[in-house]
Amino acid sequence: MNEVKVESAKEAAAKSGPQKATLDAFVRKNGIFFIFLGMFIIASFLSPAFLTKINLINIVRQMCVIGVIALGVTGVIVSAGIDLSSGSLVGIVCVVAASFAQIPGGSRVLYPQFAGSPLILSIVTGCFVGILAGFTNGFLVAKMKVPPFIVTLGMFLAARGAAMLYTQGRPLSNLSDAYNFIGQGDIWGLPIPILILIVMALITHILYSRTKFGKYIYAIGGNEQAAHVSGINVTKFKMLIYIYAGFCSSLAGIIVSSRIGSGQPGLGVSYEFDAITAAVIGGASLTSGGIGTIPGTIIGALIIGVVNNTLDLTNVSAYWQQIIRGMIIVGAVILDQQKNKGNK
Amino acid sequence: MGNEYLLSMSNITKQFPGVRALDDVHLNVRKGTVHGLMGENGAGKSTLMKCLIGIYIPDSGTINFKGEELHILNTNFALSKGISMIHQELSPIPHMTVAENIFLGRETRTWYGLVDMKKMNRKTSELLDHLGIKLDPTKKMVDLSIANTQLVEIAKAISFDSDLIVMDEPTSAITESEVEGLYKIIQSLRDQGRSIIYITHKMDEVFRITDEVTVFRDGKFISTDPTSALTRNMLINKMVGRELTDMFHKESVEIGEIVLEVRNLSGHKFKDVSFEVRRGEIFGVAGLMGAGRTELLEGVFGVKKPHSGEVLIEGKKVEIKSPADAINKGLALLTEDRKLTGLYINAMVRDNMSIANMKQYMRGPFVNFRKIDADCERMRDQLRIRTPSLKQVIKYLSGGNQQKVLISRWLLTEPNILILDEPTRGIDVGAKAEIYRLMTELTRQGKTIIMISSELPEILGMSDRIMVMHEGDKIGELTRAEATQEKILHLATGMSLATA
Repeated sequence: MNEVKVESAKEAAAKSGPQKATLDAFVRKNGIFFIFLGMFIIASFLSPAFLTKINLINIVRQMCVIGVIALGVTGVIVSAGIDLSSGSLVGIVCVVAASFAQIPGGSRVLYPQFAGSPLILSIVTGCFVGILAGFTNGFLVAKMKVPPFIVTLGMFLAARGAAMLYTQGRPLSNLSDAYNFIGQGDIWGLPIPILILIVMALITHILYSRTKFGKYIYAIGGNEQAAHVSGINVTKFKMLIYIYAGFCSSLAGIIVSSRIGSGQPGLGVSYEFDAITAAVIGGASLTSGGIGTIPGTIIGALIIGVVNNTLDLTNVSAYWQQIIRGMIIVGAVILDQQKNKGNK
Repeated sequence: MGNEYLLSMSNITKQFPGVRALDDVHLNVRKGTVHGLMGENGAGKSTLMKCLIGIYIPDSGTINFKGEELHILNTNFALSKGISMIHQELSPIPHMTVAENIFLGRETRTWYGLVDMKKMNRKTSELLDHLGIKLDPTKKMVDLSIANTQLVEIAKAISFDSDLIVMDEPTSAITESEVEGLYKIIQSLRDQGRSIIYITHKMDEVFRITDEVTVFRDGKFISTDPTSALTRNMLINKMVGRELTDMFHKESVEIGEIVLEVRNLSGHKFKDVSFEVRRGEIFGVAGLMGAGRTELLEGVFGVKKPHSGEVLIEGKKVEIKSPADAINKGLALLTEDRKLTGLYINAMVRDNMSIANMKQYMRGPFVNFRKIDADCERMRDQLRIRTPSLKQVIKYLSGGNQQKVLISRWLLTEPNILILDEPTRGIDVGAKAEIYRLMTELTRQGKTIIMISSELPEILGMSDRIMVMHEGDKIGELTRAEATQEKILHLATGMSLATA
């Protein structure tokens, strides 16, 4: 009986497609979530250590930084842009923020005049640097019409150089307890970085899906000319999304440096690629703008976290890990293209 | 009908690199009228409208609207003054919903500042209901047909509640019954005292709904007359500046042996289609939008490989896996969507013309530009392509001239069989007649033409035989003698001829 049903279903597929189509659409829409679930289950079989509370919290803790960066990067990709500068912004932000968080009087204090400042000053100056860099990116992309790839590639180099220059290539250690608490402390048993990610993800999700700003970056990414003709100030909103991405990177910079209790100019290398990978796995499209969501990106970041963690637990060498990660990002884009083919 | 001018544009001039798109033109539109704006492609209609709504800024001239002189610098300003436009060529934002597209740039918001989707969806439903359009406001634009996309554009322009609505070929993609619906909407807008500038190439529409007609030619103002004082021929004369005695230039050409045979071809959107075409024949393919005509011929040409069936060229079975195979076998395909699959919009006319025939222009590893220039120059003369130079960037050419460049591209590959998909879409009357003449000329040279077209007069006027498709099936075939508009429509809508 079952077989008969299959046959007739095939016959009728062309005509009575709606039910099949909705199921198809559901799987397609939430496919990434199922992939994540599958990976999660496989990982728990591969290593007994995987499903422990400590390990799970560890996974989330490790993905926090990438996750926070990816929130901003998702918006940039949705607007049909790209941001390669995030990792370098982490570098410059963490040394600037850390310079204000140094405990005064130590032997290797780099900017004694800044040392011992209140915590809020570290955070504000750190964020200011990130926002300034984001503004520069946005200005060049939106106002000067330089391609985003070029602009942020330039920022990628310049910001890293600025970080090295600021500290003469040395790390800034001996930071205040208050500062380190951001990366190391917890509230109600929840590590603060995770808390920051959750709060930021919620805010960003609402920002992208429920506000005018959000609608406009989707519109700009989907069809810039149409957005312009609809009376949208394309320049302004494009600039804003790069500024927001810079802000997200600066939060990431503060988290990283406070977690390891040291501001190092070399921190954050290749984070931009992990963040882009997370967004792309989560459904943001590098080939056409206007697509991508925060829930998708968060799942994307979790997938990267689970993969990295599983590879670590099963003792796969670091070299192989890189190769596998490379394959994952290309695989994600292939998947994305297959998905969009059906849409045409 | 009021006598007040709602809009008067005077002495407008706009210069682009190499082209004077508008040369001291005028346009006066009365309140509560439908004002037709006609002219061949490249006559300057769209450019003038873009000046009106702030996409372009005119080099000189004045715009008076509701008795006030306006300096329109952006679309927002035009909208706020009460001028909106249905864009012919602007596609919407694909991954946003119908409601989001309609309210783009003026989203309703809740008291706490977030976008109020519920209210936008509700208002969109009301608007669509009012206009008699059946569409779900939460559907994404990518999932809509071309016709529905156009209806959304129309709804959007009307939703601004403007005093003046510019409609740039609003009926180019919608069906007959939807056109009737649009006419009703236009009439009720006029009755409310609003004015409409209606750009179209379709003569029937002009005489059906406009009160006055302004004609442009080559960027210059020709005339404004009440529609009732005009005849079809007068209008055409004004537009082309010469008599068009014979629109469909059809000569009987000797029809030879079978050159292409398609047997039981099935693929995405078409199934089990068989037909054959002969040397010197023009084979029309008719059907409604979405009938699978384009997909079928793309299957033959190897754009998307068919699932099953076979193709024979001159009696020999061939396997066409890609367009490159098809070109080698003497086929050519002029695609339906010029912008999307035809033109290299930022490249020169010369490069656009020679790209498919590059192999012939190689001298060892080098490109023989002299030969390219000679060939392109020949084509330019033969097809009367109007461009200041072969080095002009093609985006500055009019639609008709762009289409001629694309046809030249394929003629240079010296094909035996030309597949023309909507060869005259969005092209003015003059260029159309030239393309028909060219088609006849090609068949006289022993070439075969397969023409997909949604315009029945064109199918009837040019084809020797007509295949009609309906939802992916070949539903009938008619000879030139037996074909009529009614018979084709019957078949295309899925009815058998017995009921005709």
